[in-house]
Amino acid sequence: MKVTEEKDNVVIKFAGDSGDGMQLVGSQFTNNTALFGNDLGTFPDFPAEIRAPQGTLPGVSGFQIHFGNAEIYTPGDTYDVLVAMNSAALKANLDNLRKGGIIIANTSGFDSKNLRLAGYEESPLEDGQLQDYELYRIDVTKITREALKENGLGMRDKDRSKNMFVLGFIYWLFDRDPQNTLNFLERKFSKLPDVLDANVKALKAGYNFGNITEAFSVKYRVKPAKMPAGTYRSINGNPAMAMGIISAGVKSGLQVFYGTYPITPASDILHELARHKNYNIKTYQAEDEIAAVCAAIGASYGGNIGVTGTSGPGLALKSEAMGLAVMLELPLVVLDIQRAGPSTGLPTKTEQADLLQAFYGRNGECPMPIIAASTPSSCFEVAFEAVRIALEHMTPVLVLSDGYIANGAEPWKFPKADELAEIKVNIQTKPNDDKFMPYQRDERLVRNWAVPGHSGLEHRIGGLEKEDVTGNVSYDPENHEKMVKIREQKVENIANYIPDQEIEIGPEKGDVLVLGWGSTFGGIKSAVKELNDAGYKVSHAHLRYIKPFPKNLGELMGNFKKVLVPEINNGQLIRIIRDKYLVPAVAFNKIKGVPITKKEITDEVKKLIEE
Amino acid sequence: MAEVIENKQNGVLTAKEFVSGQEVRWCPGCGDYSILKQMQSVLPQLGVSKEDIVFISGIGCSSRFPYYLDTFGMHSIHGRAPAIASGLKSTRPELSVWVITGDGDALSIGGNHIIHSLRRNFDINVLMFNNEIYGLTKGQYSPTSPVKKVTKSTPFGSLDHPFNPLALVLGADGTFVARAMDRDPKHLQQMILRAHQHKGTSFLEVYQNCNIFNDGAFFSFTEKDVKKKHTLFLEEGQPLVFGENEEKGVKLDGFTPVIVDLDSTSKNELWIHDEKDYIKSTILSRFFEDPSVEGNFPRPFGVFYVKERNTYEDEICNQVEQMLTVKGKGDLDKLIAGNETWVIE
Repeated sequence: MKVTEEKDNVVIKFAGDSGDGMQLVGSQFTNNTALFGNDLGTFPDFPAEIRAPQGTLPGVSGFQIHFGNAEIYTPGDTYDVLVAMNSAALKANLDNLRKGGIIIANTSGFDSKNLRLAGYEESPLEDGQLQDYELYRIDVTKITREALKENGLGMRDKDRSKNMFVLGFIYWLFDRDPQNTLNFLERKFSKLPDVLDANVKALKAGYNFGNITEAFSVKYRVKPAKMPAGTYRSINGNPAMAMGIISAGVKSGLQVFYGTYPITPASDILHELARHKNYNIKTYQAEDEIAAVCAAIGASYGGNIGVTGTSGPGLALKSEAMGLAVMLELPLVVLDIQRAGPSTGLPTKTEQADLLQAFYGRNGECPMPIIAASTPSSCFEVAFEAVRIALEHMTPVLVLSDGYIANGAEPWKFPKADELAEIKVNIQTKPNDDKFMPYQRDERLVRNWAVPGHSGLEHRIGGLEKEDVTGNVSYDPENHEKMVKIREQKVENIANYIPDQEIEIGPEKGDVLVLGWGSTFGGIKSAVKELNDAGYKVSHAHLRYIKPFPKNLGELMGNFKKVLVPEINNGQLIRIIRDKYLVPAVAFNKIKGVPITKKEITDEVKKLIEE
Repeated sequence: MAEVIENKQNGVLTAKEFVSGQEVRWCPGCGDYSILKQMQSVLPQLGVSKEDIVFISGIGCSSRFPYYLDTFGMHSIHGRAPAIASGLKSTRPELSVWVITGDGDALSIGGNHIIHSLRRNFDINVLMFNNEIYGLTKGQYSPTSPVKKVTKSTPFGSLDHPFNPLALVLGADGTFVARAMDRDPKHLQQMILRAHQHKGTSFLEVYQNCNIFNDGAFFSFTEKDVKKKHTLFLEEGQPLVFGENEEKGVKLDGFTPVIVDLDSTSKNELWIHDEKDYIKSTILSRFFEDPSVEGNFPRPFGVFYVKERNTYEDEICNQVEQMLTVKGKGDLDKLIAGNETWVIE
């Protein structure tokens, strides 16, 4: 007799060797969960190496998913279920498994070699150290081989299907219909019948294993979440970024040119854009980061929207060219999908440590608007907004995302194309007077955009200081100071064309304002919600616009006794906030390549209130 | 050459109309003046409207060039002009795009962009002014300066083995490879015109005298009294003949070039220049010895090599067209919705 137990929310961690296919299992379970109607948050966590040494702790690849019947803002602080494909996967993740949680262990990953590589002297499955957990031992490798007896593939290829066995079992455990994964396998392996057969059989074997094995008497069910009515899809940050760019291209009527150089974790934006050339988009894999941004500037110079994407090391290389774009006053969008630095740092781990680079990291007085994504779906809006600002204000714009947002997924109530605003493009086609003045400005200080191909508008621009209005080269000291101020003011004026800062959750006045930006969104929001429920006067505001800040930000902060700024860096936004508003904001920093948890923030807020 | 071709919109253009209002700020006597003048003479002959011409430069004395031409122009950052041109040409293939660069700009700081631009074969024209010195930074050796060159940064002589620019360009699969000099205006005009006519990345090296920091670097090739002795002007289908009285020639013994006297060797036996022959062009590019060495090969000028190869901008546009044919014009709603959606009532 099988019993179904209801749960409000569950966190599962799939963990195995980096070749075990855990990312695929995670993304399939994510889609299934989304289609089922749960709200969810995910956190894929994998080594920088494609196949790190097998069986070792550094080689462990994980995928964490938090799903529930109410709103979910984070991938969860601790796991309820840990799937461990080998000894190292168990060892690397056990600390985050809640007491009483479920462990599903692949016993063939606990042989003497695997135990030794993970640093276990005795098998943790046998020595009683897991007695506080609900432990299920399954010989996934053996059962998968058994299920695929008839299949024509070699043993190695058969073993690659064991991730599908695990997925099938988890589908059973959470009372799910595996149909979407079967459809996915059909699409993916339509030309490889043996591989398709192996994957389908393994998936079904895993599902049936739960059904017929007596050891498993309880299944779990998490009811769909009560989410706002509408049509939803599951979305990751990088594809959302790509779609935002494409949509802005369509809405501006301009061709998009994406010049880039592969870098983790930004490359998926290129992969996505490269598939959609029928949306008036060209993608260009340049010879290096510098060429990538320069090619984008060349495209913008020609009257298109030039976009480049990278991560921190690449942003450093693009600095000089971004300065050129500031000087030329051309539209350009630079996407920085941050990762842990400095230098090569931790390429697959997340961090928010490029903010000061984005703010100040160019030679000379070189202002650029900065906007930041906070969740996977917000990447769409932010990318769209970046293109709008670039085109309407004739300026390069920096967009900050990070590895956590880029690879994370959530359900997205996506917009209709009709609902997206048109983007105004003002390309000049004729001189106003006798002679065209390239640096003549309108009331927002935005200059004219004259592109090659229009007679009478021939002009020269460049990186040398420009004379006001004429754009001629000028070494005049008064003019230089004037132009520095104009460029700064032009960017500051954008504050008149962006929404006021709103409070995400919590009262308008209170004890603590938790002010965040970027991927700390979910952690902060769930923490503040919990604190509000417990009666604390705490609020959460999350910045999308970092340069310029929304006009009301100072006033908004003034309504709170204290301001807490949690960041996954050593304190960056806080410096800018203190500098601009002279508020005694308090920093909370975590620089471990992983997100800040709900608990860390609630603890910090409580500490601050008690002080 | 002097004939003026009717322009598509502006009617008849003259060199004067390509002169911008900006005061030219090169040192008096600089070789750049001649190159600018020849360019202004050739531009009206291209059959391209002024507004469809774009000059993009990097940094250095040569890179001031776009300011002095009344076309569209961008004076960009050091070494990056070919990269900027790549984005412009990919999105605006109809424009006539010219890259103006120098030996330091193209071969040192911008070395990467030059070679990749060549292999991709954008239909752009690259004019590299080679003066074998850094002029704008006031006299340091460049990647084309000879070994032992004494400059401000090499008081005891340069240690660097220099680039042979055209050998480098041929190695990167350049599809139009030519050399000219500032002091032979007529030949320079011809080379500029040929560079324009070639569809693909045209690389034209121009020997240019820096009379302040490296005066006379090319006098062996440019000055009347010695020019004929040390230079070899390449002409398609013609034998390789040089010398004060055209008394010498070059023939090939297998893959080995040999200098012969025309007293004892008939012109029929000489190497006949064939712009389409890659192997021969690579041998020609190695005629690169110091002219003071006894028995050296003359320095070739003219078009070394031409090859027809698809241009990058045509390919990138074709791919877009092809995708439009296969998938139809993109539907934004479909894109945003993706493969799997669900409805919450």
